[in-house]
Amino acid sequence: MELIVRDTKIYAYTGGKTFDPQKPALVFLHGAANDHTVWGLQSRYFANHGYSVLAVDLPGHGRSGGEPLASIGALADWVADLLNAAGVEKAVLAGHSMGSLAALEAAARHPSRIVKIALLGSAVPMAVSDQLLAAAKDKPEKAYRMINQWSNALGLGGNTVPGAWQPGASLALMRRAKPGSLFIDLSNCNDYQTGLEAAAQVQCPALLVIAKRDLMTPPRAAGDLAKALKDVRKAEIDGAGHAMMAEQPDRVLDALRAFLL
Amino acid sequence: MAGKDGYTLDTLALHAGQVPDPQYGARATPIYLSTSFVFKDSDQAAALFNMERAGHVYSRISNPTVSVLEERVAALEGGVGAIATASGQAAMHLAVATLMGAGSHIVASGALYGGSHNLLDYTLRRFGIETTFVPTRDVDAWRAAIRPNTRLLFGETLGNPGLDVLDIPRISALAHEHGLPLLVDSTFTSPYLLKPFEHGADLVFHSATKFLCGHGTAVGGVLVDSGNFDWEASGKFPTLTEPYDGFHGMDFAEESTVAAFLLRARREGLRDFGACMSPMNAFQILQGVETLPLRMARHVENARKLVDFLAAHEAVGSVAYPGLESHPDHALAQKLLPKGCGSVFSFSVKGGRPAGKKFIETLKLFSHLANVGDAKSLVIHPASTTHFRMSDEALLAAGIGAGTIRLSVGLEDADDLIEDLSRGLAAAVKAAA
Ligand SMILES: Cc1ncc(COP(=O)(O)O)c(C=O)c1O
Repeated sequence: MELIVRDTKIYAYTGGKTFDPQKPALVFLHGAANDHTVWGLQSRYFANHGYSVLAVDLPGHGRSGGEPLASIGALADWVADLLNAAGVEKAVLAGHSMGSLAALEAAARHPSRIVKIALLGSAVPMAVSDQLLAAAKDKPEKAYRMINQWSNALGLGGNTVPGAWQPGASLALMRRAKPGSLFIDLSNCNDYQTGLEAAAQVQCPALLVIAKRDLMTPPRAAGDLAKALKDVRKAEIDGAGHAMMAEQPDRVLDALRAFLL
Repeated sequence: MAGKDGYTLDTLALHAGQVPDPQYGARATPIYLSTSFVFKDSDQAAALFNMERAGHVYSRISNPTVSVLEERVAALEGGVGAIATASGQAAMHLAVATLMGAGSHIVASGALYGGSHNLLDYTLRRFGIETTFVPTRDVDAWRAAIRPNTRLLFGETLGNPGLDVLDIPRISALAHEHGLPLLVDSTFTSPYLLKPFEHGADLVFHSATKFLCGHGTAVGGVLVDSGNFDWEASGKFPTLTEPYDGFHGMDFAEESTVAAFLLRARREGLRDFGACMSPMNAFQILQGVETLPLRMARHVENARKLVDFLAAHEAVGSVAYPGLESHPDHALAQKLLPKGCGSVFSFSVKGGRPAGKKFIETLKLFSHLANVGDAKSLVIHPASTTHFRMSDEALLAAGIGAGTIRLSVGLEDADDLIEDLSRGLAAAVKAAA
């Protein structure tokens, strides 16, 4: 569906169901240079199991208009405006990577609006290597390949989606990103210094979904975050790296179900 | 770069799409000869049907053995995924049927495999899809043939019978200018010699019957999507960008930014037309793909030796091989096909039909049959077989001379093959005298 958020057209995938503001709302926030389709299977599941789903394309990404927002704080406030535009008072947020930081910060800034947060592939701080940042700035294709390299942990096989060559799909999706957006997104992650303070302010329950073979946001990088959050549980995903929703869609779904249903 | 995304073709050909089977550790790909797969519970069943969970349900739609082949070929081509089909013809039909319906139009190279030509020129016309055929090398003719209802540009990497080289960079740029995708039949080259996506093609298919399988044992096809074509921006593909009542009202491009085409092709095309690949065939073709790089290197090495031998032989009129300077696409071939121009090519024997017939009958190693891309060397004389009803004039119009012979050079010792050809040519000279 299309929403107007701050005078800009925003696209949100609703999981194949008409969005009903009366049902509990679940907002999915994608990571750097991605779009809503990284949540394909999981967002469809929850749309058919009790939630109204908004898997958004963040500003300047996918089908949404506007420019990529330039800080995690800006993304967090944008999420509140998104809820206003959708006519929902409260929502659960599920975020991946950069999207997880936006969810964390939104829960800290807007405690009355956010009822639960699920943070996938998260780390605070989320340091991005200079090498990757430099590539994102000047050689996006090189950066896409570096991310692909570090995000996929499955061997050359073991994919569960019939006929999909997952590394190829991840690469093709990043190539669709608006020029310059990867650099902005990765800088947002790298520059976000107040994550532990935000985590300490979060009142709602939080789930950390940790892919055991994540090289982008390694499992140990979530340790401080886990300590700073008051009401936190962890789910570990076997056989997956940072691109866990694609690599182990069912395991990620089951982790989310245990937290949300 | 090391790692999964950076592995070379040789490694991907052996490993992509498969890890040892988790239950028994089988290293080879198990053949899952099972029509259907047991649901864990009713919630999982419903979730599988509604695309909320991943997995296999019924082998017309997907099968674990077939999926390994699909992933492997997608990896070799640098695509986002693939669909294996009952034959190369089925792959081409699936591509067309997924993209368009009655009232649509295709612009295709005139230099095509006869079966593709039949499908486009006769059968699809009967279903309201028209095709304009253009000379492969004439970019202006391609441009002029595009109409408002055109939905696809199509050609072969190496077009029959003269081995016209498709100028993929230019033809894909032309297609994209018009918001159209370019589909390429990559059967003759395989990803070892050419990866069409790297040059701008959007979709690729193979008759896996040929070099991918490589041993003349199984018929099959594979259709691969690059994931690069923006269906939404083009606005010409309602099958991919509007809700489909036949599958949960799904808008495939909303569902998947990069794999909308494959989703529709599987969820509609495989489901309804049903031209799926058998797991047994997928296994045979996977066996072939494992040695694709080794075989292709030998195929082109042998082909080149035979080309040079024939080009220098006094009983031979001409040899059509883009690796030769005399071929009109020589420069383009050097750019697109630096490793070689495949191992299927035609040449003409002096002395017309009787000479051609005698030549073939004299050969011992070359098998006289209608196929290409086998490990064994093959030969056919179109004027006395596939095209025998045609007059010499009609043959020439199709680019085939009365003495045209097509070879598919196999993996035998090149000197043995040359000896066989020598004997055949000597007999042809006598027959023509
Ligand atoms: C170039 C080419 N494309 C497509 C096909 C059709 O493939 P199949 O026979 O597997 O249906 C062939 C078969 O000869 C071919 O040579």
